Amino acid sequence: MNIMEKGAIIKYNPQKAPRTGDWAFMVPEVKKEKCVGCATCVQFCPEAAISMEHITRNPVKPDGHGASTEQKKKATVDYDFCKGCGVCATVCPNKAIIMKKK
Amino acid sequence: MNQELNKNFASGHSACAGCGFPTIVRTILNESKYPVVVANATGCLEVTSTLYPFTAWKVPYIHSAFENAGATISGIERAYKALKKKKNPPAGGKKIKFVAFSGDGGTFDIGLQALSGALERGHDFVYVVYDNGGYMNTGNQRSSATPYGANTETTPAGSKTIGKIETRKNLMEIVNAHGINYLAQANVAYLPDLKMKAQKAFETKGPSFLLVFSPCTNNWKFPTSQYVNIAKLATETNFWPLYEIEKGKYKINKIIENPKPIAEFLKTQGRFKHLFEKKNRKVLENIQEMVDEEWNRLVNLNK
Repeated sequence: MNIMEKGAIIKYNPQKAPRTGDWAFMVPEVKKEKCVGCATCVQFCPEAAISMEHITRNPVKPDGHGASTEQKKKATVDYDFCKGCGVCATVCPNKAIIMKKK
Repeated sequence: MNQELNKNFASGHSACAGCGFPTIVRTILNESKYPVVVANATGCLEVTSTLYPFTAWKVPYIHSAFENAGATISGIERAYKALKKKKNPPAGGKKIKFVAFSGDGGTFDIGLQALSGALERGHDFVYVVYDNGGYMNTGNQRSSATPYGANTETTPAGSKTIGKIETRKNLMEIVNAHGINYLAQANVAYLPDLKMKAQKAFETKGPSFLLVFSPCTNNWKFPTSQYVNIAKLATETNFWPLYEIEKGKYKINKIIENPKPIAEFLKTQGRFKHLFEKKNRKVLENIQEMVDEEWNRLVNLNK
């Protein structure tokens, strides 16, 4: 016999998660060439909407050959959840994030 | 969304844009090496993270009432201890950490008695307060954590009064009087320091306590993008010193060489706007004196 009566339990469900992105009036835009990948914005984002993603580039050298693959970490914003508060743009040490009207 | 940060507390909660506490919750829970069970007092965190039928919590979570986060978490801890002795204990009888989150209203005022009881009984839990200095989700009523001179709904500033005329309750000393092993004051703008304190709190046997500074964009009246800067100023002006008390021994974690005048912190927020009127110049000086006095007290204890 179960001595403890089962209560109502609500499980976390990513499909049901409110898409708080529609709150946003301004949205951040990451200038990929300026982003140094320090991840300061990632930890301060109240929505945890920013992640560091590997971006692979193939810069062609001036002499035309020997293209190397360069991998860098850049901030990427999830606009489904970003409420557009602007904290990331404020804490960015390199001013690589700017706020733009949606 | 960031999967690593979303491990315990997910995106999709409805805290105001630019609020400080989601960062606190994530940072602290991510530092635990063991599975956690969370109890929550009523407050901004509770109403914004558990919007029926959705929950932002990926960890077991319970909310019962405003005043009893301490009692709830001690009940869970004791129940788990008892179940561990039985056959087939839940979670395989592994070590679990119990965490209570509460705002300053649910700790300084309403939940103080439940917290005191839990600390005295010595349950193995971590109690975290995100201190935004008032009852923010009901519209900025004063609490005993509201700083002196703040304009709130229930202590409005005007021609006859300067806002709240009482000083903040010193909760750190109240908790310290219970003789617990670890308690600390932290700030959301200093995350490495907060992580270090969270680790220490999780490692402590018996109760531990964290008081974390959490700016409120709506009712402190500042732009949504500024919570980190304002929290930083609070420590740089010595309004919110970072310190910890380990077995009764004080340690200041960050000593500011040339602390900024307190006006630098106050002028960033609309709730202190009236203090910058000519007639309130004396009040500003008073606040500076209070801050210096508190800092000197801490420095003396640090020796």
